[in-house]
Amino acid sequence: MVRDGFSAQLLKKEDLVLNRREVLLAGAAASAALVSGCHTRGSRWLVFTDGEARTLAALCDQIIPADDWPSASEAGVVTFIDRQLTGPYRRHRKAYRRGLEDTEKLAFSRFGVEFARAAGPQQLQLTQEIDRHNPEFFELVRRHTLQGYYGSPRHGGNKDAVSWRMLGLAEPPLRGRAQYDFTAGPKA
Amino acid sequence: MKSVNAIVIGSGAAGGIVAKELATAGLGVVVFERGKWYTAHDCRKDDLRNQRTTVLGNAFGPDDEGNPRVVVDSKGNVREVLPSEGGYQNNAACVGGGTLSYGAQAWRYMPQDFRMRSTYGAPEGSSLEDWPISYGDLEPFYDKAEYEIGISGDYSATPFKGPRQRDLPMPPLPPNREFGILEPAAKRLGLHPFHLPMARNSIPYNGRGPCMRYRWCCGFACEVDAKNGSQNTVLPVALATGNCELRPESAVTEILTDDRGRARGVAYVDEHGNQQVQSADIVIVSACAIESARLLLNSKSRLFPNGIGNRYDQVGRHLQGHHYTGATGYFDFETYDDVGPGASIAITDYNHGTPGLYGGGMLANEFIRLPIHMIDRLPPGTPKWGLAHKQAMRRWHKRSIVIMGPTQQIPTASARVTVDPQVRDKWGVPVARIEGNVHPHTYDIGAVQAKRAEAWLKEAGAIHTSLMAGRPDSVSAGQHQAGTCRMGDDPRGSVVNKYCQVHEVDNLFVIDGSVHVNNGGFNPALTIMAVAYYASDALVRNWKGTRFRS
Repeated sequence: MVRDGFSAQLLKKEDLVLNRREVLLAGAAASAALVSGCHTRGSRWLVFTDGEARTLAALCDQIIPADDWPSASEAGVVTFIDRQLTGPYRRHRKAYRRGLEDTEKLAFSRFGVEFARAAGPQQLQLTQEIDRHNPEFFELVRRHTLQGYYGSPRHGGNKDAVSWRMLGLAEPPLRGRAQYDFTAGPKA
Repeated sequence: MKSVNAIVIGSGAAGGIVAKELATAGLGVVVFERGKWYTAHDCRKDDLRNQRTTVLGNAFGPDDEGNPRVVVDSKGNVREVLPSEGGYQNNAACVGGGTLSYGAQAWRYMPQDFRMRSTYGAPEGSSLEDWPISYGDLEPFYDKAEYEIGISGDYSATPFKGPRQRDLPMPPLPPNREFGILEPAAKRLGLHPFHLPMARNSIPYNGRGPCMRYRWCCGFACEVDAKNGSQNTVLPVALATGNCELRPESAVTEILTDDRGRARGVAYVDEHGNQQVQSADIVIVSACAIESARLLLNSKSRLFPNGIGNRYDQVGRHLQGHHYTGATGYFDFETYDDVGPGASIAITDYNHGTPGLYGGGMLANEFIRLPIHMIDRLPPGTPKWGLAHKQAMRRWHKRSIVIMGPTQQIPTASARVTVDPQVRDKWGVPVARIEGNVHPHTYDIGAVQAKRAEAWLKEAGAIHTSLMAGRPDSVSAGQHQAGTCRMGDDPRGSVVNKYCQVHEVDNLFVIDGSVHVNNGGFNPALTIMAVAYYASDALVRNWKGTRFRS
């Protein structure tokens, strides 16, 4: 797949600056990627396991739920975060690992199910609880989710510039236009 | 390596001008720039990676790898920060410096800004002073900057400005929708709104075309090259003389001195990572307030054990930027027209003359808002996440206006740059350590300015407003950084004389925002440029053959 090919390149380049062990692991993952199209063993993500990605997708969708316009995960926010964790957000990997694990523990202790399989109102309640009791992790996810959703599509989120179209912005954007008529004044 | 007449360290707002003025006067010049030389091909419009929103890194440097700084907040907490993080107080590192990607507001300070202490006295605990030069001294050089760099705008509607010999060379860009909403409102309040000055072509000028009114502007490089900075105005002229060489990706690590205490050149790391030495008759430091101070402090020798030019412990002090305050207004009609650069209308009625306040500031509408700028700027009470947040984004993104401005900052000697005793950059050079805080009176001014912005928005029909007037617990510097090598007549209270010559070293100059005694209530770029023209003029007049006559 084109996307995966791109990601594999990204992974190799960005991981050159990691420590030796990580480089070896990343190298192994990258070669695995060339063979199978996957990067983390047994997962289609670069950093997350399938289970972590499922939890994160559900959490992101509490932050930006679907309505007439797509939810965070539908717009590619998990892909965005996954990719950034191999680059500029490498430093947040641990926080995600731990935070998602805690999220799962909380879901099981409250409702006896995986976070992603909990009912809508239960997920909302859990998210509110994480916001209150694990504010550092929640703020990290909230910021990254909003960045992925409202930022540039090239990073894997905001697929097809969906959030920009939602806000009524021209997509593709206008370049070199003539000036609009400013004599009319503000519209009531 | 062959010795040259002059070394200029930094190719930004000041360095480009100094290089051009010296090279056209016949001096052989080498310009060192630690960042890269970007072209139109690098004008990627990335909402998350530019010089304004840097969550995924700085588009135009410095890189997050190997360029840390250390920040000490006013509670004494010490932390190491990356260039893409807020506390770093970053400006760009590239050919053109900040001027490649700035918003390009091109303000003259007002006459009072050069005489702050005489006008107001100094608040307790502050280091508020007069400049040793006046607005009148700089006026011809403001004019030169406006014409050589290329400024559009129209000051004619405001009486609050210094005298000028002629109008700006270009008319303003046609007004955007916010201008149409805010202008009548300001007039109803008895204010004097006008088209703010911008280093941006509104008509073909200097061999380049006009602005295409694109959404991605402030924080981005201009892909049609309509935004005017060192990289597309003075540097090409300097290079065309044949007297100037530009060395990008070359970081100067130390100013070298001879045994009589004169500068003899610089040590630098070239683009291949090799240590090199370049000798010269004179050395000009134009690396921006934080890095210029750091370079002086890192240039230690037998005669200058605490850093060159630092005999009286003045280098790095009085660090200042601007404390930005203002308000957001939310309207029940569309205010957003997707027409860049966005900032279009300003008032300078409040820069001076408010009883009880030591100064004030310009207020203007903000640069065009990208969706990412809006996520934490929704009306008070809006949930920070969930469906309500998404709905609020839809409701308000095109129905809001931000007015804000650079509050005149009251300097203090304790807001300062030193070099960190432990942390080093990728070349092994001690990094800048930033400490201290803004003088509290600055926040008093800022709070009043925010209320004024709010009143303007309400008059324009805002149905909700939110104020932006914090009291951060660290210095402000950032892209407006200034003050660290203060200009003055007394060597005990300043670093350079009124010609930007370091008091103790007659062939060493600091020419950039570092010399600003205070930073006005305006974006500082044009003043940095005017000072660069002014100081270069004096330098060239005093240049005799192969040496600088002190």
